[in-house]
Amino acid sequence: MPTQTIIITLIALLIFSYFLGQKRSIAVSSINNGRRDLHSRPHYYGYMVAIWAGIPAVLILLLWTAFNNSIVTSLTISTLPESMQTQSKDSLGLVVNELRNLADSGQIADEADPIKREAASHYQRLQGISKLAKTVIVLVVALLGMIYAWRLINPELRARNVVEKVIRVAMILCACIAILSTVGIVFSVLFESIRFFEAVPPSDFLFGTKWSPQTSIRSDQVGSSGSFGAIPLFVGTLLISTIALVIAVPLGLMSAIYLSEYASKSVRAFAKPTLEILAGIPTVVYGFFAALTVAPFLRDLGESIGLSVASESALAAGLVMGIMIIPFVSSLSDDVISAVPQAMRDGSYGMGATKSETIRQVIIPAALPGIVGGILLAASRAIGETMIVVMAAGLSAKLTINPLEAVTTVTVQIVTLLTGDQEFDSPKTLAAFALGLGLFVITLLLNIVALHIIRKYREQYE
Amino acid sequence: MSNSTDIIRAGLKKRYAREKRFRFFGIVSLLISFAFLLVLLFTIVNKGWPAFQQTYVKLDVELSEDLLKVNKDSDEDALYSANYSKVVKKSLQKMFPGVKGRKQKRALKNIVSNSAAYDIRDKVIENPDLLGTTQSYWFLAKDDIDVFMKGKIDRHLPEDERRIKDYQFVWIDKLIEEDRLEKRFNTVLFSNGDSREPEQSGLKGAIMGSLYTMLVTLLLSFPIAVAAAAYLEEFAPQNNKWVDMIEININNLAAVPSIVFGLLGLAIYINYFGVPRSTPLIGGLVLTLMTLPTIIIASRAAIKSVPPSIKEAAVGLGASKVQVLFQHTLPLAMPGILTGTIIGMAQALGETAPLLMIGMVAFVAEVPNGILDPATVMPVQIYLWSDSPERAFTERTSAAIMVLLAFLVAMNLIAILLRKKFERRW
Repeated sequence: MPTQTIIITLIALLIFSYFLGQKRSIAVSSINNGRRDLHSRPHYYGYMVAIWAGIPAVLILLLWTAFNNSIVTSLTISTLPESMQTQSKDSLGLVVNELRNLADSGQIADEADPIKREAASHYQRLQGISKLAKTVIVLVVALLGMIYAWRLINPELRARNVVEKVIRVAMILCACIAILSTVGIVFSVLFESIRFFEAVPPSDFLFGTKWSPQTSIRSDQVGSSGSFGAIPLFVGTLLISTIALVIAVPLGLMSAIYLSEYASKSVRAFAKPTLEILAGIPTVVYGFFAALTVAPFLRDLGESIGLSVASESALAAGLVMGIMIIPFVSSLSDDVISAVPQAMRDGSYGMGATKSETIRQVIIPAALPGIVGGILLAASRAIGETMIVVMAAGLSAKLTINPLEAVTTVTVQIVTLLTGDQEFDSPKTLAAFALGLGLFVITLLLNIVALHIIRKYREQYE
Repeated sequence: MSNSTDIIRAGLKKRYAREKRFRFFGIVSLLISFAFLLVLLFTIVNKGWPAFQQTYVKLDVELSEDLLKVNKDSDEDALYSANYSKVVKKSLQKMFPGVKGRKQKRALKNIVSNSAAYDIRDKVIENPDLLGTTQSYWFLAKDDIDVFMKGKIDRHLPEDERRIKDYQFVWIDKLIEEDRLEKRFNTVLFSNGDSREPEQSGLKGAIMGSLYTMLVTLLLSFPIAVAAAAYLEEFAPQNNKWVDMIEININNLAAVPSIVFGLLGLAIYINYFGVPRSTPLIGGLVLTLMTLPTIIIASRAAIKSVPPSIKEAAVGLGASKVQVLFQHTLPLAMPGILTGTIIGMAQALGETAPLLMIGMVAFVAEVPNGILDPATVMPVQIYLWSDSPERAFTERTSAAIMVLLAFLVAMNLIAILLRKKFERRW
């Protein structure tokens, strides 16, 4: 039975067991005093039976589906002759793939190599057994659970407490998914990065100034080991993010100041959501805009005043990224500016200061930690932004801080290294994970610092 | 005394000027931000608008039995595999006799899209009696003709600088004269999957892919996020270091660059658990992790805003904590939770970067039929089309962006309406 059918059967079984439990509780209680004797209301007994039938069965189904392939594959490999088992990981993977294709296409008889024919049919047999066993075991476990819970039912059984306990545990597990995904991220980038650093020394990666992962495909090439210097990427990322911040910080900050200090209520009610639209536009749209409108415009502009601007200039990507993060800066600054107590403004006005003097000399200094926090958050956003740079920034890693030239960024390289490529052992693909690790660490640090600053500042006025 | 007043008075003018200037900067920066938004939207609409129209060509096709080597009594297989592009070519040659040279002949064939042959095939299979007659049909025009008809090719440029040569203009002029070229609403855009030919490519595959991906995301993230939010708000012990850790993690996840989630999907879901690549299932799994923080944070705020008096009343009547949650707190918090969910979904709908990592960039011409079919999603389709060199694809990219933005606007409007209608101030 395919997995979908098992799931549908299981759902039907759960609904059935719910009604079974409900009926049973009523039947059991009616012998004596009727339903008043029941500890919980009948539907809790139904839920309890369904839980007993469902949870073990679903767990088995999940685990089986998750580990089925790897176990069957390793069992198949163990039947291969010794010489094939000890070959390198790559060629073993190739053999396994071949066997799988053979087994799935059902043309085992055509295969010339008797060893492979044997192994493929073994694989097919194992998969068949596994499928059958999965169906039988899952459904039997569900039935056993149902019967067990059904037999448990008696008026004194605290069915509600059991159900509520399960619900609570389920809720805790859901809350822990946040931790799990962080752990997942750390592990996924860390393990592959460690494999990468086995091939390329970390010092080369961190301090090297030449990035050309393509050259390392052929090991006989000169310099194939020294081309993973990430400095140009980080400089490129920094350059584009800096341009973005140079644009977004003044615009966002001044907008926030105007909206929170000067604008009338109706202007604010209109302008704030309009500004937020900028944050809601998908980044791929910004990327398209940058590549098709802004970059050619800047190039033509540069030509007309005698400057040579690359068609994938850092300026174009940075400019558009700046537009994208304006709302981040403005809404975060708006929050902290509004949080400055009115008494401070009144005090300043009382001393005869004008509004702008109050803003510049009282409000901004008071809100500065919060604003800095907001800018750091915006910076981490800019560093991690992918689509704009993938579409509008270049691919060649040039170590430059000239905004008119094409640079590449960490995220662009991750995307180029990982799209299309399947093999997982070359330093080329593993480098993407090392870059991902760097990106994750940098943004994490920025976020922690930013949140810390913002929280600390908030406490000051509360 | 009067001395310092004088100093202040002397400086007043300057200070007021500075005040005005500061205020002006504020307005200007706000206006610049708006201007960016307007320019962005205007460019997209301006570029994408024409793509909602498509040029069609009317041809008189002689469905000759000799040329097709089939007749009315042939079985369907024979009808299916007959060479229909020959008849199309023939009808074009008949209309424009005397075309010489390989280049010009090819150009002549390229007036209509190669989907014309399939159109005829379908019509013949549907009604084999058409064989032997001459019928006039409207066919999709090739992208170059389409671009010209929309006024995007200037015929006054030197010949080697434009895609359409002089001899082609002669044909086009004749077609226009005979009313054989017509622009209609572009239904192909919404009824076809992706294609290498601009005029035949549509968004249906991407829209369905997005739909399935969003379905997986919603089904996974909504229950998990609501359960997590309810636990953190209602059940979690105070000042517990595990609970603190969960909260810190949720906040951090909200700020992790989206591409890192793609790396997670690739390393763990695909390489470790063997989830099939390029499918809405893996896309949904990755996007779930990204939307969880958004929904959790919104749900917590909604649950927190339910007044304690209601919960206490329920407890007073003998309800257990779980009963209070499911029978009172959650129903009352639901509008806020749903609003947060819709906003989270809108974010997920526009997300591109992590999906590039998990193989959703593959060229998929088929419209997906389930969560295990290879698929692409709308933002990735936009990315793919924007990479294509054909002029007609630029137009279609902008149109796809307009469709995506329309979906996002609709979702956000629903969220706002929901909030307006059900929001309660306690």
